[in-house]
Amino acid sequence: MLEARQHSGASASPLLEVAGLEAWYGESHILHGIDFQVREGEVVTLLGRNGAGKTTTLKSIMGIIGKRRGSVKFEGQEIIRAPSDRIARLGVAFCPEERGIFASLDVRENLMLPPEVRPGGLSLDQIFDLFPNLKERLSSSQGTKLSGGEQQMLAIARILRTGARFLMLDEPTEGLAPVIIQQIGRTIARLKSEGFTILLVEQNFRFASTVADRFYIVEHGKVIDGFANADLGANMDKLHTYLGV
Amino acid sequence: MTSITSDPRTPIAIRAARDEASGFAVMTVLLLLVPFSGIYPFFVMQALCFALFACAFNLLIGYGGLLSFGHAMFLGTAGYVSAHASKEWGFPPEFAILTGAAASFGLAVITGYVAIRRLGIYFAMITLALSQLIYFIYLQAPFTHGEDGIQGVPQGRMFGFLDLSNPTVLYYVVLGVFLIGFLIVYRAINSPFGEVLKSIRENEPRAISLGYKADQYKLLAYILSGTLAGLAGGMKVFVAQNASLTDVHWMMSGEVVLMTLIGGLGTIFGPVVGAFIVIAMQQYLAGFGQWVTVIQGVIFVVCVLAFRRGIVGEFAHYFKRSL
Amino acid sequence: MNIQALSAQLLVGLINGSFYALLSLGLAVIFGMLNVINFAHGALYMMGAFCAYFLLNLFGIGYWPALIIAPIVVGLFGILMERSLLQWLTGLDHLYGLLLTFGVALILQGLFQNYFGSSGLPYAIPAELQGGVNLGFMFLPIYRGWVVIFSLVVCLLTWYLIERTQLGSYLRAATENPTLVRAFGINVPRMITLTFGFGVGLAALAGVLSAPINQVRPLMGADLIIVVFAVVVIGGMGSIMGSVITGFALGVIEGLTKYFYPEASNTVVFVFMVLVLLLKPTGLTGRAT
Repeated sequence: MLEARQHSGASASPLLEVAGLEAWYGESHILHGIDFQVREGEVVTLLGRNGAGKTTTLKSIMGIIGKRRGSVKFEGQEIIRAPSDRIARLGVAFCPEERGIFASLDVRENLMLPPEVRPGGLSLDQIFDLFPNLKERLSSSQGTKLSGGEQQMLAIARILRTGARFLMLDEPTEGLAPVIIQQIGRTIARLKSEGFTILLVEQNFRFASTVADRFYIVEHGKVIDGFANADLGANMDKLHTYLGV
Repeated sequence: MTSITSDPRTPIAIRAARDEASGFAVMTVLLLLVPFSGIYPFFVMQALCFALFACAFNLLIGYGGLLSFGHAMFLGTAGYVSAHASKEWGFPPEFAILTGAAASFGLAVITGYVAIRRLGIYFAMITLALSQLIYFIYLQAPFTHGEDGIQGVPQGRMFGFLDLSNPTVLYYVVLGVFLIGFLIVYRAINSPFGEVLKSIRENEPRAISLGYKADQYKLLAYILSGTLAGLAGGMKVFVAQNASLTDVHWMMSGEVVLMTLIGGLGTIFGPVVGAFIVIAMQQYLAGFGQWVTVIQGVIFVVCVLAFRRGIVGEFAHYFKRSL
Repeated sequence: MNIQALSAQLLVGLINGSFYALLSLGLAVIFGMLNVINFAHGALYMMGAFCAYFLLNLFGIGYWPALIIAPIVVGLFGILMERSLLQWLTGLDHLYGLLLTFGVALILQGLFQNYFGSSGLPYAIPAELQGGVNLGFMFLPIYRGWVVIFSLVVCLLTWYLIERTQLGSYLRAATENPTLVRAFGINVPRMITLTFGFGVGLAALAGVLSAPINQVRPLMGADLIIVVFAVVVIGGMGSIMGSVITGFALGVIEGLTKYFYPEASNTVVFVFMVLVLLLKPTGLTGRAT
């Protein structure tokens, strides 16, 4: 397995720096100024209600949203104007909420689709080590014939092949059985120990609390609060208000 | 003092209706004055037939969202039937034209039923193929006289007293038929049927979820469009005194698309303006052979890329009016 | 039953079917990636034939190099067309693509008609493919047999490329969800342009194959493209294999009709389309695009 990268901690500049990010879907102004940072090796989670703008934030960072303004810096480089393929090739990988498994591709083709963007991506053996079920389903004729959980694993597995070290996962546990959710949690923990940096969007904050180092709360297209996992207990009341749970 | 029976329409709708009424008034007055203007009436009559053809076509694409690439089959079918009815069966003009329109109606019912069934993207190709089928049938059918067409259609007396061989009388008859057809299209667009049609064009899944049977509305629009195109075709036979294969060829289908595109898809007066422009262009460029085709192609490309609203559409957009 | 005459018509049918298959394949690939129904496809087929004619008569370059050069040249023209015109239509209703390519078809046909009139220019069958073979029940001209076999091979190679290779998997994925494919780092806009060029190249290749048989005329693609549209409606645009099989099959049906009921031969494909629409509206391959 890959050796965990050592990072110099507080003196390192953030891997991802988002400042004043605004975004529009057509005429709708969804993001009104998102500010947050992710440091290398961290797992950061965006929490918030439905429609708060969490998915739009990920998509804006990835360059998928057409109209955006502000600043998004990855490894110090400004990417707010960059097209999504260039952002991907800088080492940013995105796993969308709907998973995006292609029906016109078989499982193997789905897995092999994203091209290598950095050396050191996981080999197929390493991937099957993480996701044993995928190996069995490899001969499946259609990517979409897999179960929800298997599709989620496939969606994560394929971006691990690319060598990207910064992963953005949009609601990876949505609609999945508890057993699969646990497996995804273990996978994220393992990736973290390998030195990956992960930006997570989650509705299920109990799951998020088992993997995340820090949280940000997104509401009405703005980041309104943030705290470390260690301070979770102290902030439970605030969380309940924000998330309405 | 507010009256109890105040207008239920919104201010925007009222202003739109006023703009459209003004436009109609201007158009009608100008057309009424043509015989006194020294403009060659035959040219204007031809243009009026095509204007009606284009209005009928626009109903389907501008408001129904369906691009028919085979509308020539309605123009030509009505033309052949009207010509035959007048020349071989001795029908008086009004019956010949109505018979022609009825033939187009029948054709529209049949072809519409066939064409609506596939996903919308195929509609243009299906209508084109159907029109080509009709073309080949007419190419071989004895009654059309093939390449020669039906010549020497008698103009006769409409309703027994309107002498259509008199250019002025013929002109006002054609104008009358055009205005009737135009008003039918206008009425269809501004009726509950028209509103549903527009909503289907804008967002079909939503309209269906609201309970509207989209296919039925589209089919009705198609039938109405085809029948009115037939009316134009029947009328045209009495202007030109012949019916030929040109009227059923796919180039004719392309021309009506061009007219509507230049004038403005989905505008009331666009097709009329577009028809006059294209007919004028063809007259002016008649000596240039195939350059007309090239120029028309260039206009298509330019309109699609830079001028999608068409002349009337741009004018209406600029002055924020409804035309 | 005159076996000779029937076989001769079947051969003509297979040849026409080859062109239907090659052209509907190109249309389907282009539609899948660009969401555009390329009305100019017939004119581009015509340009392929003219390219072969010019290569021979202006540069002395014969049939065999023309089979490669013409598709590349016309394919490059197609790429120019996509970059300068079609790319501005992404996101718009597909109707505009149809209208734009119709305009391009008019321009191309009009230009060629102006300079070459409407009559056909001759293009000789290459020496290696001249003559024929006596099969007993019919006399098979070698060139015509070559056209059918070569077209079949090209169609099968295209099918293999798209359905069984990684490059093809990029294409299939980009047809399904171009945004996500781009977010993986693949240059989707370039892929779209190249795919359009490829589809156009297929049309041009058909044009070169057609030149010795059908003469080189400005309007040679105009009536053909309408039949190809009917083929595409019948077979659907969602399946490569479906387009190929439908193309060949309809060619054969047309050939048979020419023998048994010649008056209907230029309408039988359209009649078949009507039947399919009435009986199986989702098209013969069943998959909705």
